[in-house]
Amino acid sequence: MALYEIFVTYKKGIFDPPGATASRALANLGYDEVGGVKIGKYIQLEVADGGSEARVAEMCDKLLANPVIEDYRIVAKEA
Amino acid sequence: MAVRFGVVIFPGSNCEQDVVHACHHLGFGAEYVWHGDTDLSGFDAVVLPGGFSYGDYIRCGAVARFSPVMAEVVRFAERGGPVLGICNGFQILAEAHLLPGALLRNKGLKFICKPVHLRAETSVCRWLDLPAGTVLAAPINHNEGNFICDAETLERIKASGQVVLRYCEPNGSRAPGGSAPNGALDDIAGVCNERGNVFGLMPHPERVVDPATGGTDGQAFFTTIVRRLAEVAG
Repeated sequence: MALYEIFVTYKKGIFDPPGATASRALANLGYDEVGGVKIGKYIQLEVADGGSEARVAEMCDKLLANPVIEDYRIVAKEA
Repeated sequence: MAVRFGVVIFPGSNCEQDVVHACHHLGFGAEYVWHGDTDLSGFDAVVLPGGFSYGDYIRCGAVARFSPVMAEVVRFAERGGPVLGICNGFQILAEAHLLPGALLRNKGLKFICKPVHLRAETSVCRWLDLPAGTVLAAPINHNEGNFICDAETLERIKASGQVVLRYCEPNGSRAPGGSAPNGALDDIAGVCNERGNVFGLMPHPERVVDPATGGTDGQAFFTTIVRRLAEVAG
């Protein structure tokens, strides 16, 4: 069993409404040092032996991320 | 010509009855198509209605895109068949890459349900042929209607007449800061594919077909495609 961690984030230049709202809220709370907030998704994928990172990337392209607006990063972990 | 609309029901669709009612009100045939069905023969046009297919999980429309019926919707569209995606239907068509761009969460993070004004643009869309600048009133009812695409795509769809509808002020003008209540890029409310047969929009034209529900500006989409279908059938 392998564990993959997937981080899905908006592509550069794509407006991130929750991130922008969090950024404003933090500024309102006095955290003036915050220059920006990006909010994405974290996905844990358990994959049976014989899977591959290439197939995980395929899953991201097809379903877990939308390549029109999102980038993803895959981190392979020992389960 | 007796036109038949096929209205697809995904698990979580909730506007399919409104669409069927709108079609019947105009004297057109309309029947439900279950998302597990794979036969669209006998339908002249296909509508993907609004709702919350698969609970909007992962992304709105991301799972519905892989429903069995969608492979057939893609083939129907490739053959030039008219496909209309309303609200969640628009999101599904965008996820299926039948339409350009994507729908992000509304800029203000609020679910917006209210009447808006829309401006018809000069486009290749087969579902609408009103003079550019014609103002329509229709309700929006969504949390993820914030249309986005990259700059290159925006230029391309503008140049090829794929921008069909923009949010506007009641007089048809666009506010300097944007008229889209959801933050949509370039105030875009509806886009079509290059051939103009596949069309998606966030507002709900089916809710303004029967005057009993508050307006008739939505009739144009249904009557236009039926007229076009009749012309082709000739």
